[in-house]
Formats: sequence, C-alpha cells, structure tokens
Amino acid sequence: MTSPFLQVRNMSHDFGGLRAVRDYNLEIGSGQIRGLIGPNGAGKTTVFNLITGIYKPGHGEIFLDGRKIDGLPPHRIASLGVSRTFQNLLLWRHMTVIEHVKLAHYSKIRYGLFAAFIGTPGHNREEAEIEEKAVRLLDMMGIRHLADQVVLNLPYGAQRRVEMARALATEPRILLLDEPTAGMNPEELVQIMEIIRRAHKELGLAILLIEHRMKVVMELCERIQTLDFGAVIAEGTPEEIQNNPRVIDAYLGKERAI
Amino acid sequence: MGGERGNGANSERGRSRFRNLWKPYSRVPLLGWFFGALVAVTLERLAGTPLAQFLGLQKIPVLFGFSVMLKNPVLIPNVILYTLIIYGVPTAVATRLCIPLANGIAASLFRFPMAVTAAAHLALLYAILHVWAEISDYRVLVLRLTLIAVMLTLSLNVINGYMGEFSCSHPGFMALGAYCASVLTIGLFVNAQLLGTASLPAALGPFLFPVALILGGLVASFGALFVAIPSFRTRGDYLAIISLAFLFIVKSLIENLEFVRGPRGLSGQPDWADLPTVFLWTVLCVWSINNFVRSTIGKALNAVRDNEMAADAMTVDTRRTKMVAFLFGAFWAGVAGGLFAHVMRYVNPGNFGIQNLAEVLAMVYFGGLNSVYGSIVGAVSISLLGEALRPLEIFKWIIIPLLLILVMIFRPTGLIAFRDLDVANLLKPKPKPDGEG
Ligand SMILES: Nc1ncnc2c1ncn2[C@@H]1O[C@H](COP(=O)(O)OP(=O)(O)OP(=O)(O)O)[C@@H](O)[C@H]1O
Ligand SMILES: [Mg+2]
Repeated sequence: MTSPFLQVRNMSHDFGGLRAVRDYNLEIGSGQIRGLIGPNGAGKTTVFNLITGIYKPGHGEIFLDGRKIDGLPPHRIASLGVSRTFQNLLLWRHMTVIEHVKLAHYSKIRYGLFAAFIGTPGHNREEAEIEEKAVRLLDMMGIRHLADQVVLNLPYGAQRRVEMARALATEPRILLLDEPTAGMNPEELVQIMEIIRRAHKELGLAILLIEHRMKVVMELCERIQTLDFGAVIAEGTPEEIQNNPRVIDAYLGKERAI
Repeated sequence: MGGERGNGANSERGRSRFRNLWKPYSRVPLLGWFFGALVAVTLERLAGTPLAQFLGLQKIPVLFGFSVMLKNPVLIPNVILYTLIIYGVPTAVATRLCIPLANGIAASLFRFPMAVTAAAHLALLYAILHVWAEISDYRVLVLRLTLIAVMLTLSLNVINGYMGEFSCSHPGFMALGAYCASVLTIGLFVNAQLLGTASLPAALGPFLFPVALILGGLVASFGALFVAIPSFRTRGDYLAIISLAFLFIVKSLIENLEFVRGPRGLSGQPDWADLPTVFLWTVLCVWSINNFVRSTIGKALNAVRDNEMAADAMTVDTRRTKMVAFLFGAFWAGVAGGLFAHVMRYVNPGNFGIQNLAEVLAMVYFGGLNSVYGSIVGAVSISLLGEALRPLEIFKWIIIPLLLILVMIFRPTGLIAFRDLDVANLLKPKPKPDGEG
C-alpha cells in the first residue's frame, strides 16, 4: 500500500470562540474520489480553505506527497497540485472565459517579466501553447463557443464550468470541488457528473467533493466522510454512510424532511 | 405628388446618399488615414499662412483655432472654414482617393514581421506630427507635453485600472524620476558644482540621456516599494491614503533638500528632450505596457483586482503581481518625469502636487479604465482641451471637471474602457467591405 497522496492530521481551527473544525483527519490516495457531506455550517468549506492555505490551521498538519504544506501561501499550495472550485463562484468578472483558463497556467509560465514587456518570440510561442491548452480544456467542458465572452454575462451553469475548467488548467493532482452542482438543473447535473468522471479517469485526478445532493455523492464517491459541528461523525462507503444512524440523525434525516 | 411624401423620400434618399459617401471609409486601413493626415499637414505647411491671412486670422491657428474663437467669437466662421479647408476636406479626399493604394501598401507591409510593419506606421505617424508641429514652437511644446501625459496616464492606468488599486502617488514617482534625471544631466554636463565632478563633454549627452532617464525610472520604482509593500495587506481607502502620504513625503523631502535647491527648483537642464526623443520614449512606453497587459502574466493584475482569493487559489503569486504593477507603473512615471524636466528645463516641487495628481487621474478616468486606447484618448483630449481652454483661465477648471462628471455619470468606467491595442488588427489592410454593409 502506498502512502496517501494528501494527508491531514488532527487539524483544528477556531473562528473567535467557534471551533469550526475539530480534530479532522483525512487520507486520500492518488486517483481516489472522496465525498465530504454534512449539514450547513458543519465546516466543510472551512476544511477546503484550510487545505488550500486560505486559513492557516490553528492546530494539526497537512502533507502533500509527504511534504508539509500547511503554512505555505495559497498560490504555492496551488502550484504544488492542489486546485479547487468555490462554493459561491469566485470568477474574475471583467475577464473572458479563455482568459480565466489561460491565467490558471500562471505557475507553469517559463518566460520572464522582460520577455512579457518586450513580447519576445519565446514569449509569443509560449502564449500560443497556453492558448492551445486552454482551448482544449474549454472543449472538454463544452464551453469553447463561449471563449471570448466576459464571464459576467454567462448563465450560472456555464459559470460553474468555467470555474471547473480554470481549476483543471492549473494541472492539479487533486481537485477540491465545493458543491459543483449547486443551482444546476437535472440536465446540467448529469453533464457535470460526466465531466467529473472524465477528469478523474482521463487526468487521473484525486477528487475531494463537497456536495449536498446525495445522488451525486453516492454515485461518484468511493468513500464518504460526514461532518457535523466541525467533527467527523462517520466515514465509510456510500452504503455504510446511508445506513449509519448518526448520519441519518444529523444530516440525511433533515435532508429528506426538506 | 404629395409634398409630405416627397419630403420623406428626399430625406431618405439624402440619408442613403450620405451613407454611400461614408461607406468607402470603412475600407480605409490605418495607413490610409495616415496618408490623408500627411496630406493635410503638408498643405498647412505650404498654404496655411496665406490662407489664414486671407481669412483674417493673422497667423495659422495653433490648436485648431480654439483660442482664437474664444478670444474673438466673430472669427468663429473663419476658423471653421480654415479647419475645413486645411484639415477636413483634404484628409477626406486624399484618404478616399488612396484607398486602393493604401490597402495595397498595407497588405505588402503586412507580410513583413509585425515589428517592421509597426515601425513603418510609426515613422509615418511621426512624420505627420513633425510636419504639424514644425509650424510653431508652441505646437512642439504642447505635443511633447501631451506625449508625456500619455505615458503618465497609461502607467497610472496599470495600477488604478488594470490592478484596480486607487494609487495617488504618481506625481511622486514622476518627481523622483524628474529630479534624478535632472541631477545627473545638470551635474555631469552643465554645472560642475552639483555633483562635484568635472563637466563631461556635451557630445556624450545624447548617449547618456537615456541612461539618466532609465535611472530616474529605477529610482521611481524603488520609491514605489513604499506603496507596493503596504499593498500586500491593505486595499482600497487605506492604500489610497498611504499612497497620498507617499506623495507628500516625496514633495516635502525635495522641498527640504538643499542639494537640489529645495523649493527654488532645478533649472538649466540640457535641451535633449526634443520631439523625436519624446516620441520614441512614448512609443516604448505604450508598446511595453500594451505587451505586458495583454500577456498572461499581465492578466494576473486583472485577477488580483477582480478577486484576489481566486487568483491566489489559481497559482497566481499575488504579491509579485502587485509588486510588478507598482514598480512597472512607477518606472514609466519616472521616465515621463525625467522627460518632463528636460522639456520644461526647470522643475520645482510645486510641479508634482495635488493639481498634477488631479490632472492625471482625470485623464485616466475620463479616457477609460483598464484600457490602452482609453489612456491615449484621455491624455490627448484632456491635454489639448486644457491648452485650448487656456484663454478662459479659471473657467477651464470648471469646464474640465464638469466634463469628467458627465462622463462618470453616463459611462462610469470612462470613454473607452477595457480595450488594449491589438496591433495586428489595427494595422491590417481592409480590402473587402465589412460583412455588415
Ligand atoms: N471567515 C469566517 N469567520 C468566522 N466564522 C466563519 C468563517 N468562515 C466560516 N465560519 C463559520 O464556521 C462554520 C463553518 O462554516 P463553513 O462555511 O465551513 O460551513 P459549510 O459546511 O461549508 O456550510 P454550507 O453547507 O452552508 O456551505 C459556520 O458556523 C460559519 O459561520
Ligand atoms: Mg460550504
């Protein structure tokens, strides 16, 4: 058995007096799909923000491929191969779709600043390469026809795809998806699940998925963690989670009631 | 035939005739407009003075006759006639006549590498400006100051528009560049007392002038560190105040430095900032900034502006990005300052105050945020307007702000926001009519 690709050990984090995450542990092997579920305010997004370096964990450690990454600035963690989408869509509102995807190649850029000022042939060649890669990703997401649109004008489903394309453009090895199907209609839902599967298979990505729709989590994930008040209350295969009384009590019961 | 119907048909026909007249102009490449403009300025050179005298204008109206019209409204028709005869009609006719020729030349130029094509266009543009400005020293001065304003506006747009930080320290950067370059040129070539070294031979001057300007730019970049580093942690109002504080610190520093003569200012800079020099530096500035903001590294500025957290999560080094924007913007402000000092051949700390800040900000916001075109349009129109309205004296400072307010109400991001120069698109020949008709 290989050592886990992403490992979180005893991570806790407080916001003022509120303990948003307590004693959280996670191990994902490369190429696995994991689910993270739990009621609103359980601390799921906070876990993502801690892993990606937006917050520095008050307690605990995070390792990527055996290397300690907690405390690194977010862009360093991202360029080491941890990419994400945001629950409430953080796009760059004045930029076009293709510019989003191109910019996510930032850490892979080899040309220097002066090459960019002068517009050297090397710079132009590399820009063309970046453009080509970006177009390929847009194709995969089915949004190539929107390439030159400013994201502000796009429908919600398309914006979600732009975020996903952008996250993939950083060439991650693990992808953290924060409710990727929120606000989507059933048709779009099927498409986005297909895209997640393809990203997993074709790019060999590990995926950590926060999702409220049980159908999506149950179908996609190999293992699922349930979070409540910042603590993991259950972990197991989809069947185990579905039949776990604590999960039903804390989360699934409520979901059904709604 | 019913009168009303006849009228309607007439005006309809008139409109379509007008459209037909205008239609060929959609096929004019930039080169064609340049030809037209060159014809007009050459005509002014040859026939401007006699025509002006014939129209009772004494001499050629320097800035399209605005000051003449404001001083003596009776002459308004004459000035308009002059402008039409010298600029309007010849440009229109020459441009129209040379459409096939211009497209042919543009097409063959287009086969060369883009640098060559661009250089040919720039040479022609310079020729136009040169012939136009040669008429009077005043025109040369206004033109040089306008080009410097373009540099300032564009470099401020990098920080305020592309990166979306409200920075007020631009005149401070300009002052650093102006004083640094002046100390070098005066100290080395004019006045041995300043730097305590013997004067160098003047023949070296033109070679060392670029070095002095670049050093001035680098000093300004260094100064920008004092705004860039706080920008890692602060944004918005607080950063605006920090940058304003920086401006005042630079100003009072210079006022209290006896070495550079404090409030009395430095004078006697050598006359090296002539029109070609200023033009060349402006081209370099526009070119490098345009390259930068169009490249992926440059787009990082927009991402930091629109959502810093997302930029960070997408591997963008936001601190480096902010640093680059401030230092690069300040560099060009410094170079522009150095040129300004050598155009005026006198600087004092008063040149770099709130008034100057207000002017540059007005140019940026009037022309358009996040826009190379907008910066050029903003700088040129506000500079020329400022000169043209000079006879109104104090009212100038009512009219220009009013205009600015109107633009802000109707187009909050400025006249031409979000437009970079797509050089290939700009210079391409236009042999076939546009699809829309
Ligand atoms: N920056 C912050 N400052 C203070 N409290 C915060 C902050 N971010 C999150 N919290 C709190 O931490 C708790 C966990 O929030 P989090 O966003 O992680 O929940 P979640 O599981 O993602 O919920 P949802 O399903 O609604 O997205 C909540 O009580 C929230 O109010
Ligand atoms: Mg959440």
